[in-house]
Amino acid sequence: MSALTIKDLRKTYDGGVEALKGIDLDVEDGNFFALLGPNGAGKSTAIGIISSLVNKTSGHVSVCGFDLDKNREAAKANIGLVPQEFNFNVFETVQSIVLNVAGYNGIKRRVAKQRTEYYLKQLSLWDKRDTVSRNLSGGMKRRLMIARALVHEPKLLILDEPTAGVDIEIRRTMWEFLTRVNKEEGTSIILTTHYLEEAEALCKDVAIIDHGQIVEQGTVSELLSRSMMETFVLDTDVTTIPEQVGGYHMRHRDDGKAEIDVPQGTALNDVFKALSESNISVSSLRNKENRLEAFFVRLVQSKRDDSASIDHESSTKEGAV
Amino acid sequence: MSSRLMQERVAFFTIVRREIRRFMRIWVQTITPPAVNAVLYMLIFGGLIGSRIREMNGVPYMDFIVPGVIMMGIIINSYANVSSSMFSAKMQHFIEELLVAPVSNITILAGFIIGGVARGLAVGTLVTVVAFFFTDLIPVHPVVTISIAILTSIMFSLGGFLNALFATTFDDISIVPNFVLTPLTYFGGIFYSISMLPDFWQIVSKLNPILYMINGFRFGILGSSDIPLWQSYAVILIFIAALGSVCVILLNRGAGIKQ
Repeated sequence: MSALTIKDLRKTYDGGVEALKGIDLDVEDGNFFALLGPNGAGKSTAIGIISSLVNKTSGHVSVCGFDLDKNREAAKANIGLVPQEFNFNVFETVQSIVLNVAGYNGIKRRVAKQRTEYYLKQLSLWDKRDTVSRNLSGGMKRRLMIARALVHEPKLLILDEPTAGVDIEIRRTMWEFLTRVNKEEGTSIILTTHYLEEAEALCKDVAIIDHGQIVEQGTVSELLSRSMMETFVLDTDVTTIPEQVGGYHMRHRDDGKAEIDVPQGTALNDVFKALSESNISVSSLRNKENRLEAFFVRLVQSKRDDSASIDHESSTKEGAV
Repeated sequence: MSSRLMQERVAFFTIVRREIRRFMRIWVQTITPPAVNAVLYMLIFGGLIGSRIREMNGVPYMDFIVPGVIMMGIIINSYANVSSSMFSAKMQHFIEELLVAPVSNITILAGFIIGGVARGLAVGTLVTVVAFFFTDLIPVHPVVTISIAILTSIMFSLGGFLNALFATTFDDISIVPNFVLTPLTYFGGIFYSISMLPDFWQIVSKLNPILYMINGFRFGILGSSDIPLWQSYAVILIFIAALGSVCVILLNRGAGIKQ
């Protein structure tokens, strides 16, 4: 059974903006699934529709076999949502927020208290249970939203940029926790993130959405094998990096290092030869792990270039008419 | 009880508990000001001015105004509780906690409304206790008194909910109480009997729904009023049915709370 099935989902907002142009998606039960896309691609709209916060224009959504139109309450009972923006009562305590959501999900008070304690402890928030939520740090607020989303033990957990603005250590702890929830409790997880390294490390399947359409879908390894490019990070003493070196694309990084894109299978000797000819000396080199990011950037860019050339062609034709 | 019904029951009581805790947590802002207002009304209108008026419709003036003063507290506070709580939930987006949970819209509405009724009745009870320092009135028809208080409170809680659904700024939830409810309450016969008015203004007054609530409540306490009791019940029930239906329809559409 699928944790989530979406068929021809469309959403046009009142102002006429077409946020989703008919997307199809199938997330297997137990999957850890990444939904990636640039800002404004339609990720949050899709999540809003799945979790009943946004009304769809047309299409079908089914959660754990329950159709959202025909059996909305049963579908909602299977979803836990961690939204992008903080959306809890800032005057309530941590414990009350989680307890209330357990109650909204029909969990009796005694069980709700046990589960609240369990998830707050799991997310290292138990000591903060009597703290008013507005006094929590950003990372704690994110963890509170995860505890709140899990308290009714949903089969599908949806996380919309859960690690945005969170420091590396907390981010790693959250990764470990989510992996445990996925592997040990069998909870299917859908994750949207701007940290593609996160998607590469955690997720089995990926869908990339852009301009309201799914432009790529498959396993992480499939997408990476389609990438055909590798990126290396170089330590170099050169301060001005040329854009092209021997046909390879290069760029400067914020940390003073440089990156070079190399087609898969290229002999590194050839790369070093090109660098030497350009008087760039390299003291160390490593393969950039974040390959999905490179694939994502190239994919979104190529789609933009395609649509720009189509726009250009059509405007030329219109001009000719 | 089916598990679905049991879930709704738990969700309903969770919303009610949260709503009651909300206004009790800030009781200095929510419960005490109406009591202070009531003391001022009774002291100035009932005591100082009332001693010159002596009687209205055959009862001491203080006794005449007490039901209206209690009802004014119930009306304003039921409305304010729901409009303010629901609007905060919208503004801080924690209404989404309810929208993503498997709770029916009727349960959500009922939870907020009972929260409003709880505050309305809490204020009404406190004002009644205060009134005992000024008069020793005992309701002639306790069932009528309590039922009119509860139904009125439900009606204005629904009004507050509707206001919050449409509100986009804090100004939007203060306009109706300040510019509609308060004037209608004052012209609803708290301090005077409409039989004192010229015929034309009596007819105009009868277009004011709050007149029926205050007079229904006054009938319960004093045993007499300007309006037949059945008319009071009819007006309140019609408004409850109309406002309740509109609220449910708007919630089902997601008006004001969904994109």
